[in-house]
Amino acid sequence: MENQLSPEQRIVITGVGLTAPNGNNLKDFRKSLLEGKSGVQKFETRYMGEVPAGVCDFDELKYQKRKVLRRGTRAGSVSIYCAQEAVQDAGWDMDAMDRSRIGVYIGVTEHGNVETENEVHNISQYDYDVKYWSHHHNPRTVANNPAGEVTLNMKITGPHYTIGAACAAGNMGVIQGLQMLRLGEVDQALAGGISESIHTFGIFASFNSEGALARHEDPTKASRPFDKDRNGIVCSEGGCIYTLERLPDAEKRGAKIYGEIVGYAINSDAHDFILPEPVRQAECIRLALKKAGLEAGDMDILNTHSTATKLGDIQECTAIRSVFAGEKDVWINNTKSFIGHTMGAAGTLELAGNLPAFEDNWVHPTINLDKLDPDCALDNIVANEPKKLEVVNYIMNNSFGMFGINSVLIVKRFQG
Amino acid sequence: MTGKDVREAIISILVDIAPDEDVSSINDQDNLRDQIDLDSMDFLDIVMELRKRFNIEVPEKDYGQLATMASCVTYLEPLLKDRQLAG
Repeated sequence: MENQLSPEQRIVITGVGLTAPNGNNLKDFRKSLLEGKSGVQKFETRYMGEVPAGVCDFDELKYQKRKVLRRGTRAGSVSIYCAQEAVQDAGWDMDAMDRSRIGVYIGVTEHGNVETENEVHNISQYDYDVKYWSHHHNPRTVANNPAGEVTLNMKITGPHYTIGAACAAGNMGVIQGLQMLRLGEVDQALAGGISESIHTFGIFASFNSEGALARHEDPTKASRPFDKDRNGIVCSEGGCIYTLERLPDAEKRGAKIYGEIVGYAINSDAHDFILPEPVRQAECIRLALKKAGLEAGDMDILNTHSTATKLGDIQECTAIRSVFAGEKDVWINNTKSFIGHTMGAAGTLELAGNLPAFEDNWVHPTINLDKLDPDCALDNIVANEPKKLEVVNYIMNNSFGMFGINSVLIVKRFQG
Repeated sequence: MTGKDVREAIISILVDIAPDEDVSSINDQDNLRDQIDLDSMDFLDIVMELRKRFNIEVPEKDYGQLATMASCVTYLEPLLKDRQLAG
């Protein structure tokens, strides 16, 4: 029996703003996911040459002037685009709102690497003389930069910060927004996750050194979770920010409601710097179900975290098997197969790609799944072609990250 | 560089650091910050670009010399007299 909350404690998603390598709004993103359109392409990165990567092509000047764009960061720009699009989608009348009661909570895998690498490269052109180091470096690299740029751009005077949680960060941004709304700290939240990671060579180089960087002559086939021939992660940029509101506030203004966040959980593996631990992942999934008052079999779609590393995919499948064994009506998919790993954006963006299922009842597939790895064999992986269900009532979204940070969200079809 | 070249060099820097502004109508006698949107960080950008493009170091005590286009040219012309305008 689903847990009953007071109306004020019920938090709903009322707007979605996103940029993904295969779509710059939810409609286009969803279309790409249902049509099997990858967003991964060849990308030139410093020192390493061509790598497959998910690259976004949103209009940076839609909400920013050129000067501010030049001064800020790619992460800030992604965040501003997503936040502005979310507000527009939600139909918030910002001029009529108390901007001191809006919170901005943005998950990031990391921040500052891009800007630091750029500055080191810059001074290398001047014999490493630090007098050529930019005065913009500090504001560009403070950890709150992406969220701070949103507040400057949108004149929001409520709290803002980023949530650093490796690749679990997108879900964590949403959870933070939900918690702050429940606590009454804010009245509206802009919450989600973003990534500018492809602009740092270091992330590619480090995955390469770990033997975990995807390579494929056809970049659209490079991200292949659960496939026997998978060979690593496709790094991607992207962002997704939701407008979150308390249910009575959303209903009062007649808002479109994408879904209600009915369950969430965060835990830690306490096991290893990078290797995931399926026992703790399973605990996190069970905890989210318990908080929601739901059973595993209540889920209709399970959107996996798997990044197409050899071990990581097997570990998540082990966790899923331990919780969902025997459940024949839970359908499993993976969004990274289309867009690569959007790092801090992954949780929110991948969940967003599934939210329209509440309306169209389609489960988007996992593409590039040509030869299922027996170690990843799960019942009901939706492979290569979308699957139509009778109805989608619950979506679970997994997002896990380095240092064993695990996060799970459960979103319910909204029934007024 | 002549005074005209110096002015052109300053305009080129302003185009880069204030790309949304119309620099074609700058009045040389009036304060630059009264005519185009420049804040203290932009001002530091001007100093940085002078360093990068011309290897000129503008000490902090001289920042006031860069207030107007005319004072920029007066201040920079002797420092740039032996340089050629790039391109």
